[in-house]
Amino acid sequence: MKKAFELFFSFFKIGAFTLGGGYAMLSMVEKAVVDQKKWIPNDEFWDMIAVVQSLPGVFAVNTALYVGHRVAGTKGAFAAMLGAIIPSITIILLLATVFREYRDQPVVERIFKGIRPCVVALILAPSLRMIKSAKVTWKTAIIPIATVFLIWWLKISPAYVILAAIAGSLIYALIIRRKTAKHGTQNSERVPEPAVPEAPRRVEGPEVSKSKSQKEEEAKP
Amino acid sequence: MIYLQLLWVFVKIGVLGFGGGYAMLSLIQHEVVDHYAWMSTTDFADMVAISQMTPGPISINLATYVGYTTAGFGGSLLASFALCLPSIIMVYFILKLFMSKKNNALMTNTLKGLKPAIAGLIFAAGLSMMNTQNFVDFGRGQYNISVIICVLAFVASYFFKANPILLIVLSGVVGFFAY
Repeated sequence: MKKAFELFFSFFKIGAFTLGGGYAMLSMVEKAVVDQKKWIPNDEFWDMIAVVQSLPGVFAVNTALYVGHRVAGTKGAFAAMLGAIIPSITIILLLATVFREYRDQPVVERIFKGIRPCVVALILAPSLRMIKSAKVTWKTAIIPIATVFLIWWLKISPAYVILAAIAGSLIYALIIRRKTAKHGTQNSERVPEPAVPEAPRRVEGPEVSKSKSQKEEEAKP
Repeated sequence: MIYLQLLWVFVKIGVLGFGGGYAMLSLIQHEVVDHYAWMSTTDFADMVAISQMTPGPISINLATYVGYTTAGFGGSLLASFALCLPSIIMVYFILKLFMSKKNNALMTNTLKGLKPAIAGLIFAAGLSMMNTQNFVDFGRGQYNISVIICVLAFVASYFFKANPILLIVLSGVVGFFAY
C-alpha cells in the first residue's frame, strides 16, 4: 500500500509538471522509477518502454499502468494511472470553466483569432516531421497521400483508415518475420533491425491493403 | 445518451490511438467536429491551444475538455476514464503476450508500417482546420495576418523545433494587436 501511494505521488508530480506530452515525460519517469526509487532495473525499464511505445492509447497512461503494475500489482497500476491523469483533469476543468466565462470578451476573441492559425501550423508540422522520420520514399509516399485523400476529401472516418493500415502493416510485418526466420535462425531474437533497412512498405486503402502489400513483397528480390 | 456517446467515442479512440497525442487529436476532431458536431472548428482549435499549453498528456486534456463542454463535470471524468479503459484492459493481456521479444518485434514492425498512414491522418486534421473560421482575414483586406502567423509558426516549429507554448503565446500577442 505504501508503494501504491509512492507511485501515485511520483506520477502525480510527473503529470503536473511535464509540458509537451508523453516523450518529455519519459526522462522524469526514468529518474523517479529507476534512479531514485530503484523499483525497476534500467534495462528492464527500457525493454518495457519499447513495448509500451507500440501500444495504442495515451503513452503517459500506458507507462504509468505498466510501471505501476510491475512495482505493486493492480493497486499500483491504478495508483500510478490516477496520479498521471488527475493533474491534467483538474487543470483543464478549471481552465474550461474560466474560458467559458470569458471567451466572448472581445480581448479574448482577438487573442484567439491570432492563436487559431498557429494551432493549424502546430498540427501540420509534426505530421511532416513524422513523414520524414518514417523515411517515406517517393514510392511509399502514396500511403500518406492516400490517407489524406480518404480522410480530408472523402471524409472517411479515420478509424477505418487506421484499421486498414493496421491490417496492411501487420501482414507486412508477418512476412518479414517469416522471411528472417527462414534465413537467420540463430539470431531470431533480434529480428527487426536488420530486416527493415528502409521504410516499411505498406498500403493504404480498405480493399487493396492485403493484396498490394503482398505483391510488393514478391517484387522485392 | 450523451454519456453513452462519450464512452463509445473515447473507448474507440483509446483502442485506435496509435502514434501519440497528435494521432488521437485527429481522431477526436473527426468524432467531435465532423460526426457529432459537439464543437465548431474554432472551438476545437481553441481547445487544442489550451491543451497544448497545460501540463499533462494532450489527449487526456482534450478528452476532459470535450467531456466537460458536452456533459459537464461527469462528462469530463467519463471521457477521460473511457480513453484510459482500453489501456487498463490491455495491461493485463498485452504484457504477457508481447513481452516476448519475438512478438515485440512484430509489434514494432507493424507500428513502423503504420507511421506513414498516421502522419497522413494528422496532416488531414490540420488541413480540415484551414478554413475561414480559423483564418478570419483570409481573402479579406490586403494583409492576411492569419496566413502569415500560420506560415511563420510552421517554419519555426518544423525547421527550428520552436517551443509550441511560446508560439501560441506569440500568436496570441499578434492577434491581440492585429485584430
